Amino acid sequence: MCVAVPGKIVEINGDTAKVDILGNIYEANIKLVSAKIGDYVLIHAGCAIEVLKKDMAKEILSLFNDLEEEQNEDS
Amino acid sequence: MKTLETIKKELKEYDGKNIRIMEVCGTHTSSIFKNGIRSLISPRIKLISGPGCPVCVTASSYIDRLVEYSLKDNHCVLTFGDMMKVKGSELTLTESKAMGGNVKILYSPLGAVKVSMKNPDTQFVFAAVGFETTIPIYALLIEEIIKNNIKNLRIMTSLKTIIPAISYICTNEKNIDAFLCPGHVSVIIGSSVYSEMALKYRKPFVIGGFEGGHIIAAIYEIVRQISNNECNMKNMYQSAVTAEGNEKAKALIDKYFEAADDYWRGIGIIEGSGLKLRTEYKDFDAGSTSSEDVDVTPAGCKCADVILGRITPQECPLFGKACSPLNAVGACMVSSEGACGIWYRNCEV
Ligand code: SF4
Repeated sequence: MCVAVPGKIVEINGDTAKVDILGNIYEANIKLVSAKIGDYVLIHAGCAIEVLKKDMAKEILSLFNDLEEEQNEDS
Repeated sequence: MKTLETIKKELKEYDGKNIRIMEVCGTHTSSIFKNGIRSLISPRIKLISGPGCPVCVTASSYIDRLVEYSLKDNHCVLTFGDMMKVKGSELTLTESKAMGGNVKILYSPLGAVKVSMKNPDTQFVFAAVGFETTIPIYALLIEEIIKNNIKNLRIMTSLKTIIPAISYICTNEKNIDAFLCPGHVSVIIGSSVYSEMALKYRKPFVIGGFEGGHIIAAIYEIVRQISNNECNMKNMYQSAVTAEGNEKAKALIDKYFEAADDYWRGIGIIEGSGLKLRTEYKDFDAGSTSSEDVDVTPAGCKCADVILGRITPQECPLFGKACSPLNAVGACMVSSEGACGIWYRNCEV
C-alpha cells in the first residue's frame, strides 16, 4: 500500500501539479514538497511525497561504486 | 568499479554463516519476486517478509465497524481498493456492498473532499489505513475538511507506525539478523531513526529502493556488515530518503495526530505503535478505537507467524489449498502487498 512512483512535474497550479508518469499526465497535490516545474517527484495516493534528488539509474551505479570502496577499506 | 555481475557472483557464492534478513515492506517483497532475487543469492541468505502491509495488520473489529457504517442509511464508506476483500469477523466490504452497503473506492484520500461536497446529504467516512507514507495525506485531508467547512466527512483511523513494530520484532523474535528498511516509509521518517535502532539492537539496518539493483546492493551491504561484525544504518536510497525525512509531512502528522497503542492483527497490542487524531480534532473521527480493537483470526490461519517472520507463507498448512487470493482465509492473502498473496502469485503451488 506504500507504493510510490516517480513522475515529472510539467505544470503547477497552486497546491496541485500536473505530473507526467510514463507519458501519462496525472494531477497530484504538491503541498508536502517544495517542487518546481521539471522536478521529479515520488507520487503516492495522489500526493507528491518527496522530490527525487538523483536519477535512479545513476543512483544504482553509484551504489556499486560505494560498495567497492567500502570493501577495499575492509580488506 | 564493482559491477552488478561481480556482486551477484559474490552473493551467489556466499558460504558464510546463515543470514536472515527481514524486508519490512510489502513492496520490497513484490520486487524481490519480480526481480528473481532469491535465485541470485546463496541459500544461506534468507529473505523473510515482515509486517509492512497495513491492510494485513488491520484488526477485524475495525473492518466490522466499516461494514456497519456502510450498511446504515445515508452513509458511505470511502476506501482504497486493497481494503475491499479483508474480512471482518463476518463480512468484507465487498460483501457488504453486495448486500446494498454503500462503499466507494478512491485512489486518493483527497478525492473524498469532492465526493462529500457533491453529496451533502450523505455521511462519509474514509477508511484511514496506512503507515507513515500515507498518514501525511490524511493530515492534508483533515486540513481540507477544515478549510472547506465540510460537515459530512470524517475518517476512521487504523494508522500504524513502523519503528515500534520493528522494535517489537527485535525484542520478541530472536531470529532476524538484519533489516531491509521500508523505502517509502523512510522517505517520510528519514534515515537517522534507524541509526539508533542499529545501535540499540546491534543489527544492520539498510534502507533500499525498489529496483532490482537497489535490492541487490542493499543485500550485499548487509552481508558485508555481518561478515565484518558491523551493525550500522546505511541509506542506499538517497535519491528519495534524507537523514531527517520529509519535515513538512512530519510536522503535519504531528499537528493532527498523536501516538497511541494499537492493535495488530494476529499479534495484539503493540505499545505506541499507532496514531490517532489529537483530542482537539476528535470531531473528525468517525469512531476509531485502535487500542480497544479485537481480532478474530480464522481457524488455521498463520498470518501472525508470517508477519513476524517465523514461517514463510508456504509453511502455512492452508497456503494454496483452503487459502488462495480468490478464496482468502487471512488478510495476508488478500492484499496485493500481503506476503501470502505475493508468494501465491509468484510460486508454483
Ligand atoms: S496462507 Fe492464508 S491462512 Fe495461511 S497465513 Fe497466509 S493468509 Fe493466513
